[in-house]
Amino acid sequence: MTQPVFLGMPTAPEGVGHLRGRRPFPEAARATLGDAQLRRNLAKATGTIRAKRAQVVGELPDWSELRAAGAALKDQVLANLDGYLVQLEERVTARGGVVHWAGDATEANRIVAGLVAAAGAREVVKVKSMATQEIGLNEALAAAGIAAWETDLAELIVQLGHDSPSHILVPAIHRNRAEIREIFLREMGKVGLPAPADLSDQPRALAEAARLHLRRKFLEATVAVSGANFAVAETGTLAVVESEGNGRMCLTLPRTLITVMGIEKLVPTWRDLEVFLQLLPRSSTGERMNPYTSMWTGVHAGDGPSAFHLVLLDNGRTATLADPQGRAALRCIRCSACLNVCPVYERTGGHAYGSVYPGPIGAVLSPQLTGVGDNASLPYASTLCGACYDVCPVAIDIPQMLVHLRSRVVDARREHGRVPSPEQAVMASAAYAMDSPARWTAALRAARLGRLLGGRRRKLTALPPPLSPWTGTRDVPLPPRQSFRDWWAKR
Amino acid sequence: MRVALFVTCLVDGLFPDVGKATVQLLERLGCQVEVPLAQTCCGQMHINTGYLPEALPLVRRHVAAFGGYEAVVAPSGSCAGSVRHQHAWVASEAGDPELAAAARELASRTYELSEFLVDALGVTDVGAYYPHRVTYHPTCHSLRVLRVGDKPLRLLREVGGIDLVELPQAESCCGFGGTFAVKNPDTSAAMLADKMHHVLATGAEVCSASDSSCLLHIGGGLSRLRAGVRTVHLAEILASTRTEQPEVPPR
Repeated sequence: MTQPVFLGMPTAPEGVGHLRGRRPFPEAARATLGDAQLRRNLAKATGTIRAKRAQVVGELPDWSELRAAGAALKDQVLANLDGYLVQLEERVTARGGVVHWAGDATEANRIVAGLVAAAGAREVVKVKSMATQEIGLNEALAAAGIAAWETDLAELIVQLGHDSPSHILVPAIHRNRAEIREIFLREMGKVGLPAPADLSDQPRALAEAARLHLRRKFLEATVAVSGANFAVAETGTLAVVESEGNGRMCLTLPRTLITVMGIEKLVPTWRDLEVFLQLLPRSSTGERMNPYTSMWTGVHAGDGPSAFHLVLLDNGRTATLADPQGRAALRCIRCSACLNVCPVYERTGGHAYGSVYPGPIGAVLSPQLTGVGDNASLPYASTLCGACYDVCPVAIDIPQMLVHLRSRVVDARREHGRVPSPEQAVMASAAYAMDSPARWTAALRAARLGRLLGGRRRKLTALPPPLSPWTGTRDVPLPPRQSFRDWWAKR
Repeated sequence: MRVALFVTCLVDGLFPDVGKATVQLLERLGCQVEVPLAQTCCGQMHINTGYLPEALPLVRRHVAAFGGYEAVVAPSGSCAGSVRHQHAWVASEAGDPELAAAARELASRTYELSEFLVDALGVTDVGAYYPHRVTYHPTCHSLRVLRVGDKPLRLLREVGGIDLVELPQAESCCGFGGTFAVKNPDTSAAMLADKMHHVLATGAEVCSASDSSCLLHIGGGLSRLRAGVRTVHLAEILASTRTEQPEVPPR
């Protein structure tokens, strides 16, 4: 009798969506680090949001309690996800909505394209959504002959610029207003109402051009596609928080509303929103409250959409849940506070990460959704400085999780590689030397030979691989004549 | 007080003067300093690069080497951080609950130098004299793993003759990150460039920190630029007196 073989939890499939980069992080980062405009835009934008966040978080005397409550609520959801999801499905269905279950990006895209076609639409308007970026919904709809219009200002800039988002909250953070003016002038007319010819790069003028361009899209669309910030299992209510009002337009004007939501977005009860509606805006935009909070429960005759579809997306989330040391990444509420404080993100920008989830949270989430074999360079895209953990509103210990994922990357290579990599050899020989004081003493004495390489400079300016990247930008002092332990032994 | 010095592999092999200064400082403050020579390396580089099985014997060695001392002091925030926050985890991952328990117990007796001085010995004025313009980089692991806060600065403010200048954006990472510096050399260099920019903006002649690894990185960059700023460990400044200036290298 043959035993069934357990192949592990399915991860996000290849060839669809935007979770994998074409190049490893260090290579992609090399290119973006050389972009002086990008570096300047990012330093200014992240610095501004960082300061705003610090100020409004500092106002709340109970921030640490709120943070602990947010973490505990999300952990409760994750530990009982099966029950809460079924409860949500029952409540949404009872209120006239239709729930669809999508195992991965391909399935979710097929469901949404089918629903749009069934509604007889060739165009949809979109609320900014990470889940639909993750699965590459716009491309899938385009392949089905359906045009998807992004209505969030920053997403519009990215879409018109034939670009990709580089930040979870501020997807066009890598653009400045002069670049945005250029994009609007060049592209708006190709897909709808053109920008006025005398458009300036003043924020008010840019926003007005976008408002006029989008107004026509809102009025013409019969189908809207959104993501969701939260879903309340107890009531079947979906929630979107936003700043521009475009979301409110999409959620109320069209006849059909399709929401694509990751299965981890649940909260147990209505009351739990009180915690997250305090944590999220202060952490993300640095505002006490976001301007628009839209909530809807099923459908209501004569009020808002007459058809509501909820697509529940897995796409590697169950696989992430299966790792006890990685699952806390699913607490994430996509605030992006960790991006704004990350010294790596601030310099490389989001595109270097290759995934729609950049920055520290992306470095732990993307490799888990895809499996660590893909995105193996991302857990190493951090100095483990710890700034991300300190600002995370749901207390995800990202540095610790990065180290855990690094060990998974190394273990996977160990299992698959027949010949140890140079790095494995260096690590093994270092551990061997360090596991014996006699061998360690001998190694330190041997290192003194390095003094000969320094000549009269009293420093080393070029080391052989694998240490050559060090001396690309940094000198090394000469090894001393006497190690500390030799000094101590003779003292 | 009987104190074991956890000298760290980097100080042992590359910066012995930092170890000597730590011994000198602790003895001057009345401690009986011992250096268990069974110690080698805490395994932080292996752990942080993902090589947990390779790190396990180093964790076991470290725990055995420091059994029986009332206090263990390290002149490094990140090495003390690894002992306090990683060793028990590495042991648990390897399925060794006894070692994990021993590592937790040792963690409770392990101090970074500034913590030991301020919290265990209760001193901020260590009788040091250091007539130089100094700026201080607080290091990520001291701040966000050990939470030493402003203890190093409280010690430095009491140093005689010192001109202590505030480092702009001090809490930002310098870009070292262990093997990050070699695996992501371009990003590391970009972060280092900004850190050096801030150091130079202070007009200090000395950039100090309580971690030789960060100083290896910052000092290596400043040396490459011939910037004319030298890096000096906190222990060397605190060990300096009107008669002893241990950080000045011998001719």
